[in-house]
Amino acid sequence: MKYIVAVIQPHKLDEVMKSLEEAEVNLVTVSNVLGRGRQKGVTEVYRGAKEAGSLLKKIKLEIAVNEDFVEPTIQAIIKCARTGDMGDGKIFILDLPEVIRIRTGEKGGTAIG
Amino acid sequence: MKKEVKEMNTGDTAWVLTSSALVLLMTIPGLAFFYGGLVRRKNVLSVLMQCFIIVCVISLQWILYGYSLTFGPDIKGIIGNLDWFGLRGVGGTPNPDYAATIPHSAFMIFQAMFAVITPALIIGTYAERMKFSAFLIFTILWATFVYDPLGHWVWGTGGWLKGLGALDFAGGIVVHTSSGISALVLAILIGKRIGYGNGVTYRPHNMPFTVLGGALLWFGWFGFNAGSALGANELAAHAFITTNTATAAAGLTWALIEWKHNGAPTALGAVSGAVSGLVAITPACGFVNPVNAIFIGIVAGVICYFAVAKVKAALGYDDALDVFGIHGVGGIWGTLATGLFAEKAVNEAGANGLFFGDAHQFLVQCLLVVVTVIFAAVMTFIIYKVVNALVCARVAKKEEIVGLDLTQHSESAYTLVE
Repeated sequence: MKYIVAVIQPHKLDEVMKSLEEAEVNLVTVSNVLGRGRQKGVTEVYRGAKEAGSLLKKIKLEIAVNEDFVEPTIQAIIKCARTGDMGDGKIFILDLPEVIRIRTGEKGGTAIG
Repeated sequence: MKKEVKEMNTGDTAWVLTSSALVLLMTIPGLAFFYGGLVRRKNVLSVLMQCFIIVCVISLQWILYGYSLTFGPDIKGIIGNLDWFGLRGVGGTPNPDYAATIPHSAFMIFQAMFAVITPALIIGTYAERMKFSAFLIFTILWATFVYDPLGHWVWGTGGWLKGLGALDFAGGIVVHTSSGISALVLAILIGKRIGYGNGVTYRPHNMPFTVLGGALLWFGWFGFNAGSALGANELAAHAFITTNTATAAAGLTWALIEWKHNGAPTALGAVSGAVSGLVAITPACGFVNPVNAIFIGIVAGVICYFAVAKVKAALGYDDALDVFGIHGVGGIWGTLATGLFAEKAVNEAGANGLFFGDAHQFLVQCLLVVVTVIFAAVMTFIIYKVVNALVCARVAKKEEIVGLDLTQHSESAYTLVE
């Protein structure tokens, strides 16, 4: 099992969610997050005072999948989240040792879907 | 008795009472949200609370003795006596020295709202780091030893500056210059917020609050300025128009300067500019014509922008929400501009300014500024030293880091979980 963390452009969320649904990936946790990359954020100005390095708004998706779904999930995200510009975000893949469904106590692959 | 009833004008009375409520609206929620949006999340309640409590405290101070000190029977041009303590003798009968066509009590409550907002303006300078107890003591002492005497000098019957012919239609000197100068002194005395000038960012936590508060200030200011005509008459309409005109010019000017200087016109800039215009036209609104009001507004936008964006940064004092840059600088400009642009064609009770052939009024306005700057600065210095000796004005370092909402009021403005 893998734990997929994707940081994407906020305006791409709807398309990515639809694309994940088409790939039959339903379990997704979504958060508003702030961050920066090589562009070092943006500059804001308040009453003439420049505030450099202000963090950019991004969306973070967290998705737990069985091995079979790793590649389709990655492709589904890339297909819709890519604009080709700086700031499209990243996908991180982590090993996932265990999953437990709280309602039933089921463990492992059966608990994921 | 019959004569008094005839002299009383119900339209005037209605307008002054309405204006009183409008001026209250300037402090809460107008100023409270204008300032509240500009501070960080952890301090927003402390600012709202300070604005709110000032309404409570100064309302009582004013009724008990503040009104009597400011407008009561004169003692040698310096201060009113305590004959009107607890509003003794301040009732339905008009006081023709101040407003002949409305109940004396209506004039009193209108002025109460001015006494309330003036110390509230100062909150912006020490925001995010003043102890609540210190704030309370400072506010009461400042109202008593700065606002009340200065108000008497400029507006009270027998006041020495009034005797010299000083013109301040609605409080450019008594309200804005006094609070702005005091704010500058306080900012220096209480010191910078932790990390100020060292890379810590003080991003406004809720710009829509600030824009909303600024818009409410503009709305309430019609009571402040047009209400100062003390009647529902031509002069009130005139002050209404000059107020709106100067504000529009200043808001636009500030945004355009930013556009040129920083690449973008900001909402905060437009609102800040509008407030600078409101401040600058305040002393002048009943004495100048609408076209000159445009000029007063444009200059206010320019000089207040530079005071806030350039002078503050260059000198390094932490006037957190720019009380000096906007109210001090704008108030001084407006007071001087009154001496330049006032014309008797607008208001017979006024004077002709420098540009209308009379240098005398301009010199009087200069004296008014000098006296107010020195008086407010010296008194604020003394009052701060007293407060600091009594309770230590500033919160502890750890409290400042955690935020005043939690450490001074045991509350949080926003929950993050249900």
